[in-house]
Amino acid sequence: MLLEVQDLVVHYKIKTGWVHATDGVSIQLDKGETLGLVGESACGKTTLAYGISQLLPSNAYIKGGRVIFDGKNLLKMTMKKDGRLKEYDNELNKIRWKEISMIFQGAMNALNPVQRVGDQIAEAILFHERVTKQQARQRAEQLYNLVGIPVDRIDHFPHEYSGGMKQRAMIAMALALNPKLVIADEPTTALDVITQNKILTKVRELQDRLEMAMIIITHDVSVVAKTAKRIAVMYAGQISETGTTREIFKETAHPYTSGLLGSFPSIKGKVRRLATIKGNPPSLVEPPTGCRFHPRCPYVQDICKTQNPPGLTMSPGHISFCHFAKDLQGKLSPEVFI
Amino acid sequence: MSAVVPTQPSVEPGFVMNVQNLVKHFELKAGFFALGAPPLTVKAVDGVSFKIHTGEIMGLVGESGCGKTTTGRLVTRLENPSSGRIDFLGVDIATLRGSDLVGFRKYMQMIFQDPYESLNPRFTVFRAVADPLNVLGIAETQEERLELVIKALEDAGLRPADELLGRFPHELSGGQRQRVAIARALVVSPRFIVADEPVSMLDVSIRAGVMNLMLELRQKYDIPFLFITHDIAVARYMSDTIGVMYLGRLAEMGPTEEVISRPAHPYTRALLAAVPVPDPEHEYSIVPITGELPSPVNIPKGCRFHTRCVYAKQVCREVEPAHVEVSPGHATLCHFAHDFYSVGSLIPPSPPKEWEG
Ligand SMILES: Nc1ncnc2c1ncn2[C@@H]1O[C@H](COP(=O)(O)OP(=O)(O)OP(=O)(O)O)[C@@H](O)[C@H]1O
Ligand SMILES: Nc1ncnc2c1ncn2[C@@H]1O[C@H](COP(=O)(O)OP(=O)(O)OP(=O)(O)O)[C@@H](O)[C@H]1O
Ligand code: SF4
Ligand SMILES: [Mg+2]
Ligand SMILES: [Mg+2]
Repeated sequence: MLLEVQDLVVHYKIKTGWVHATDGVSIQLDKGETLGLVGESACGKTTLAYGISQLLPSNAYIKGGRVIFDGKNLLKMTMKKDGRLKEYDNELNKIRWKEISMIFQGAMNALNPVQRVGDQIAEAILFHERVTKQQARQRAEQLYNLVGIPVDRIDHFPHEYSGGMKQRAMIAMALALNPKLVIADEPTTALDVITQNKILTKVRELQDRLEMAMIIITHDVSVVAKTAKRIAVMYAGQISETGTTREIFKETAHPYTSGLLGSFPSIKGKVRRLATIKGNPPSLVEPPTGCRFHPRCPYVQDICKTQNPPGLTMSPGHISFCHFAKDLQGKLSPEVFI
Repeated sequence: MSAVVPTQPSVEPGFVMNVQNLVKHFELKAGFFALGAPPLTVKAVDGVSFKIHTGEIMGLVGESGCGKTTTGRLVTRLENPSSGRIDFLGVDIATLRGSDLVGFRKYMQMIFQDPYESLNPRFTVFRAVADPLNVLGIAETQEERLELVIKALEDAGLRPADELLGRFPHELSGGQRQRVAIARALVVSPRFIVADEPVSMLDVSIRAGVMNLMLELRQKYDIPFLFITHDIAVARYMSDTIGVMYLGRLAEMGPTEEVISRPAHPYTRALLAAVPVPDPEHEYSIVPITGELPSPVNIPKGCRFHTRCVYAKQVCREVEPAHVEVSPGHATLCHFAHDFYSVGSLIPPSPPKEWEG
């Protein structure tokens, strides 16, 4: 096993209290495997990603759990007594980029604005590997081909790139050192379908060749449908369902998953008003009691309001955190949300 | 300052925005590895014309780097055009400068692709959204402002809004940040909105709410939009007309349903064929497009799409196609536009189970 996250709890301190952004999340990942992490905006996906790559901001407190990467207990190396992360850790800095790299959400301002983009990539390679300047430059050019940016643009500055070009440059950067794990946080939000298709295919080839594992965070279920072998669905700081991609799509066992998959814009058929899951995303400062989805769930019963549902195993590896998963599987329909 | 704000109707009645032959070329210095080489010219926008009526939403789609954002920045005059006309409310604003320009800019809002560009990192959510109210002198008292700000945030799907008022942009998730930028643009009712990928970071459920909100605003106040998106399904949902951009030009333009059901340009057909499907067992058909996107530094001769077009003939490599009107208001830049138009759609219609009645 390459990565094991056990019961990770990360809360942010704000003026008015605590944001329960990640609240007891467990996920596992094998070498070379792709896991899709999906869930609505603000449910805690990026927080979980930062908890794994140890990049949490200074108002984030780790309140429990473990992160084991490649046999190493990361939190032991990086966490201060109060639960916050140390500013700089030499040991971890070696792991970062070389072993775990990240494609940041909103890549737009993750690049250094005053340095040419190609130089930034070449520099990252030179910093971590013993290669010549020419070799680093060559690898940067290959990566540009991979992400489909014309090589004649390699020496320009970030502000001279379009939104999607910046995002692709960040993808190139994250792949530059052949890491064991890439955490891709909404890597294709700014990309049109043709570019997205091409990149996802090429990244997959690269993954197979280098046995690179990937966590792909997205709200776009068609992206995970295409790329991930397994999916974890997140709701309000917790995992609500996890299983193989097929199980999640075809043997859905959680009402939230069914709602999430149900509303998707289309170019087929007639244009209709889009469906939404009724009610509001919950507050993470005061998360709902019991099942966190209960205020919006069309199948809610009394027990849901008070008792946190345990993980029910539908089949080995397919787990749903819904009290009625066994009864509802096969009967769920997005229509009830409309 | 207000002297240039028109009181008389626009030259062509009904058009809020009339753009003719808009061009933006960026001159860039060559990098270290090409020391001494001549500067490059990026032809980001290379002759674009379109009109937007009162209350109309025009969708602008196309591949990454084709010039969508630059077009949006030009028509809101955040960028100076190299040439061309931009008639806004009947006045050519393409060459306006200084306070004359400021007078017009007040009536336009841009929702930026990068929410960081809309949001000052040192402003709280409240201050960010209240700011346009102050600029336009709307709302007298602090209570009124607070009420309007909370309403705008809730409309953008940020509930409970009061939990967020005191937070700074870095204390928000990506999608929350995007929605604060949307609330900021919609808190005043502007005369024209450019929305650059406003929903790209939002999940389907919240996205639907935000899109429906914009449609309602258009309904209520007749606000016209230039709606930039790389997602043709989103463009279809939002827009009355659609422009498909390729390497700085509009390859195809027309009423949305027309363009989607009867695409007359091979590029539009490729874009439609590549739309992903949320089903792991879906078999994708081959996207009819070849090769890499050329650099806007070096735009191909003849038809600028010929290097990737699977239907290209000799004439395409030599002669630049003229605008062909295949049906009223539906124009395209392809030598064989009529042939493609008569073939009709690539996509068989199917029952719309994912759309609400
Ligand atoms: N530095 C911070 N301080 C306080 N709250 C934060 C901070 N960062 C994130 N949050 C809050 O934590 C919650 C989870 O945020 P996170 O960024 O993990 O969401 P996400 O699932 O990645 O959402 P999105 O899809 O919108 O990017 C949100 O309620 C957000 O407002
Ligand atoms: N300030 C600038 N200086 C130089 N080149 C620029 C500048 N702004 C944009 N460009 C270039 O102009 C072209 C069009 O960029 P634009 O941002 O308009 O694309 P876009 O269609 O919005 O793409 P995306 O979907 O990736 O955001 C790109 O090649 C880009 O690199
Ligand atoms: S003009 Fe020729 S090259 Fe251009 S799109 Fe039409 S068929 Fe393809
Ligand atoms: Mg996020
Ligand atoms: Mg753009």
